[in-house]
Amino acid sequence: MAGLRKEGNGVGSVTATAAPSTSANVTRWFRTFGAISRAGFRRYSTYRQAALAGAVTNTVFGFLHCAVLLAAAGSGTVGGYDRPRLATFVWMGQGLLAVVLLWGWTDLADRIRTGDVAADLLRPVHPVTSYLATDLGRAGYAALARLLPPVLVGPLFFDVYLPSRWPTVGLFVVSVVTAVVLCFGCRFLVNAAAYWWQDARGPVLLWTLGSGVLAGLYFPLRFLPDWLQLVLWFGTPFPSLMQTPLDVLVERDPPAVQVGLVALQLGWAVLVLAACRLVQRRAERRLVVQGG
Amino acid sequence: MSVIELDGLRKEFTVRVKAGRLRREKRTVTAVDGIDLRVERGELLGYIGPNGAGKSTTLKMLTGVLTPSAGRARVCGLRPVADRTRLALRIGVVFGQRSQLWWDLPLADSFDLLRHLYRVPAAAHAARLRRCRDLLDLDDFLATPVRQLSLGQRMRGELTAALLHDPQVLFLDEPTIGLDVVSRQAVRGFLAELGRTGDTTLVLTTHDLADIERLCARLVVVDHGRVVHDGTIAALHARYGSRRLVVADLDAPLAVPPRPAGAALHRVEADGHRLVYALESAGVAEVVSALAGLAALRDLSIVEPDIEDVVARLYRSPAPDPRRPS
Amino acid sequence: MTAADRPARPGGTFGAYRALLGAQARAQTTYRASFLLDLVGNVGATVFDVVTVLVIYGVTRELGGFTLRETLVMVGLSSSAFAVADLLVGNIERLPTHVRTGLFDAVLLRPLGALPQLLLMNLPLRKVSRGLFGVGVLVVALTSAGIDWTPARVALAVVAPLAGVVFFGSLFVATATVSFWWVDSGELANSVTYGGRDFTTYPATVFDGWFRAAFAYGLGFAFVSYQPALALLGRADPLGLPSWAGWAAPGVALVAVAVAAAAWRTGIRHYRSTGS
Repeated sequence: MAGLRKEGNGVGSVTATAAPSTSANVTRWFRTFGAISRAGFRRYSTYRQAALAGAVTNTVFGFLHCAVLLAAAGSGTVGGYDRPRLATFVWMGQGLLAVVLLWGWTDLADRIRTGDVAADLLRPVHPVTSYLATDLGRAGYAALARLLPPVLVGPLFFDVYLPSRWPTVGLFVVSVVTAVVLCFGCRFLVNAAAYWWQDARGPVLLWTLGSGVLAGLYFPLRFLPDWLQLVLWFGTPFPSLMQTPLDVLVERDPPAVQVGLVALQLGWAVLVLAACRLVQRRAERRLVVQGG
Repeated sequence: MSVIELDGLRKEFTVRVKAGRLRREKRTVTAVDGIDLRVERGELLGYIGPNGAGKSTTLKMLTGVLTPSAGRARVCGLRPVADRTRLALRIGVVFGQRSQLWWDLPLADSFDLLRHLYRVPAAAHAARLRRCRDLLDLDDFLATPVRQLSLGQRMRGELTAALLHDPQVLFLDEPTIGLDVVSRQAVRGFLAELGRTGDTTLVLTTHDLADIERLCARLVVVDHGRVVHDGTIAALHARYGSRRLVVADLDAPLAVPPRPAGAALHRVEADGHRLVYALESAGVAEVVSALAGLAALRDLSIVEPDIEDVVARLYRSPAPDPRRPS
Repeated sequence: MTAADRPARPGGTFGAYRALLGAQARAQTTYRASFLLDLVGNVGATVFDVVTVLVIYGVTRELGGFTLRETLVMVGLSSSAFAVADLLVGNIERLPTHVRTGLFDAVLLRPLGALPQLLLMNLPLRKVSRGLFGVGVLVVALTSAGIDWTPARVALAVVAPLAGVVFFGSLFVATATVSFWWVDSGELANSVTYGGRDFTTYPATVFDGWFRAAFAYGLGFAFVSYQPALALLGRADPLGLPSWAGWAAPGVALVAVAVAAAAWRTGIRHYRSTGS
C-alpha cells in the first residue's frame, strides 16, 4: 500500500496532462487498443498446455450436462428447448465459458495488492481501456483454443441444433462480444474492491458463486418461473453473460425477442463499463489524496 | 564411515525440445554425469561450478528431493530418497532461493513449529536458538512475519531454522546470493564459527568464491555434471598454473600498450594509467622491460593468483578428463 | 538407530502434525470477517448443486426413471462424501502450484511424510460449512425417501458415505499426481473430481453408452451413490447389476486408495524439482 501511495502523485500529473482527443487521437487510440489486444492474445497463447487441459475438462462437463438435460427433456421439450437445442446450448455453453471467462481472473486485485497497479496508472492509456483491450485479446485466443474443441466434439455424439435464420449468426457474434465486454466489466468491478479493502477475496468468492448459476451455466434459466426470469434479466447482468448468447444461437425466441435480448445486453455492458470508469476514478482520486 | 558417500551418481532428465512448429522431440539431458565423492565428518566442502553444472541437482539428490537415475548415495549412512524422513532429522538444508520458513508466521513461530516437526527437546531447542540469536543478531526481527523480512534477515532466519535440530550435515545452496555486504559477512562469519567449533559437516555451493576462500579447505569443482577438481585451493592453483598478475602504474597512458610474449594484457584501468598483465610463461622482468622503453613507470606491484581467475579459466577450458579423486 | 533418530518425546509424529495444524488454524482465522465470509461462500457452492437438481425436477417428473426423492438420496450421498473429502484432501489440487514455486522441495526436506504435510499445511477449515451442509442434505434425503429401514440398511447408510469420502479423497490425490509429470495440467484434474461429483449426483441411468461405462464402472463412480442408493431404496438396478453391488462401495474405495497410493509414490520418484 505504501508503494501505491507514493506513486499516487504521479497518477495525478499524468491524468492532468492528458491531451484532448481529436480525430488523429481517435485513430491512435484504436491503434493502441489493437496493439494491447494483440499483446493479450500472445500472452495467453503461451499457456498452450493449460488451454488443452481446460478444453478436455470442458468437454467432459459437456457430456455430463448434456446427458442430464436430455434426460430431463425425455423425448419432448423442456423449458421451450427441444433435444437438439439443449445439446447446442450445453456444448456452446462449455465453449463460451472460457471465452467469457466467468472465473479465475484476479489480475487487477493481485496488482492492487502487490502495488504493481501503480505502474498501470502511470501509463498514458486509461486502465479500464487497457485491461479491456488485453481481455479482448485473451478472449480471441480462448475462442480458438477453448471454444472450438467442445463445439466440435459435441456434434460427434449428439444431435445439435444449427440456426435456421441467417441474421441469427451475426446477432450471436455481437452477443458474444458484448458478453465478453460485460463480463470483463463485472470482473473489473469485483476486483476493484481491492482498492478499498486491500483484498478482493470476498467479492470474488461471491461472484464465482453467483455467476455460474445465474448466468445459466448449471441449467437454462428458462427453467425458472417467469417472474424470476424477469427479475434476473432486468435486475442483474448475469443472464446477459451466457444465457442470452446461447438463447440467441438456438433461436429459442422469435427474431424480435432475440434483438431485444441483445439490446438489453448492450445496455448492461454500457452501464457496467461506465461504472468501471467511475470506480477507477474514485480509486485514483483516493490514491492521489492519500499520497499527498 | 564417511558422512557422505557417492558412487557413480547420475541424474538424467528428459526434456521436450521444440523441433518445428508443432513437433516436439524428446531429448535426454545429463545433469549429473557420474560423481564419486567421499566427505568425512567435520569437513567443510566447497562445491562449485558454472550455471547448469549440476550442483543443485547433486544437492537435491543428497537431501532426498530428487531420485538419482543411477549410482549410489549415502548420507549419514542412509539412502536419501528411501530414508528421506529419517535423513531429514540428521541434516539441515538452506536453499538460497527456497524458504523453509512459514511465510505468514512470525520468525519465532516458525522456529517453534520446527521444534515440533523435528521433535527437539525444549531445553536443547532453547539453547541452540539462544546461540543463533547471539551470533546472527536475530532479536530485532524475531516477531516479524517472514514475508516482511529483508533478504539478509530471512537468510539468517533460514540458517537458524536449519540448525535448530543440530544436524550432522548442513547443506547450503547459494546461501549468500543477493545479500548485502553486511549480511554476507555475518553469514560467512557464522559459518566459519560453526566450522571451527563443531563437528558439523558443511557442504556449500556458491557463486561467490570469497565464501569458499574464507570457509572451505576442500574444493570440489564440477562442470558438465562431472568432478573436474577435488582438492585444496592450493592444489587447484598448482594444477592449473594460476597466473600471477603484474600491475603497472604509468605516468601517462600509452596509445598502444605493449604486448610482451608470454604475458597477456589482462585489464586496462584508470584511463590507461594502469595496465594489468597476467603472466603465462614470461617473468616479471620481461613485462617490466617491455614497458620501460615506452613509458615512465610510477609504481609496480605483483598480485598472487586469485581463485576466481583460476576457476574462470577452468570453466572456459573444454571439458577436461574427469579426474577421480584418490 | 531408530531410538537415536527419534528422541522419545510425548506427542512424537502426532505432535508434529498437530503443531502444523495449529499453525494453519491460527493463520486462517486471523482475519475473522473474511473467514466467516469464506464459510458462507463455501456452503453456497453445495447449495447451488442441490438447487440445480431441484430446478431440473421442476421441469420434469422423472430423471432416468427416478423420482426427486430417490435422486435426492444420491445427491445426499454424493455431496456429503465429496464435501468432506474436499475438506480433508481437496487442497491437494494446489500441488501444481507447490511444484512450480518449489514449495514442494521444502516439504520434502522435513522429517514428515510429504502428503500429510501438504494436506495439513493448507487444510481449508472454511470448507467445514460445506461438509456439514452435505451431511445435512444426506440426513434429510434419507428421512424423506420412505426407506424401509433394516439393520443392514442403517449400516449401509453410514458405511456408504464414509466409503465415498475415501473414494473421492483418493481421486483428489491420484489426479493431483498428474502434475508431477505435467505441471501445466491446470484444471484437468477437475474433469474427474468435480466431474465425478456431477456424475454421482444423478442416477447412472441418465447417462449412456461408453461415457456411462467409463464413469460408472471404469472409474467406479456408480458405487459411490447410485448403487448404494438402489440398495437403500430397495430398487433393482435397471442397468442389470445384482443387488449386492450396493455394498461394493468399501471395496471400490479400497481399490481407489491403492491406486492413489501407487500413483503418489510413482509421482514422487518422477518429481523434477524446478530451477537449477
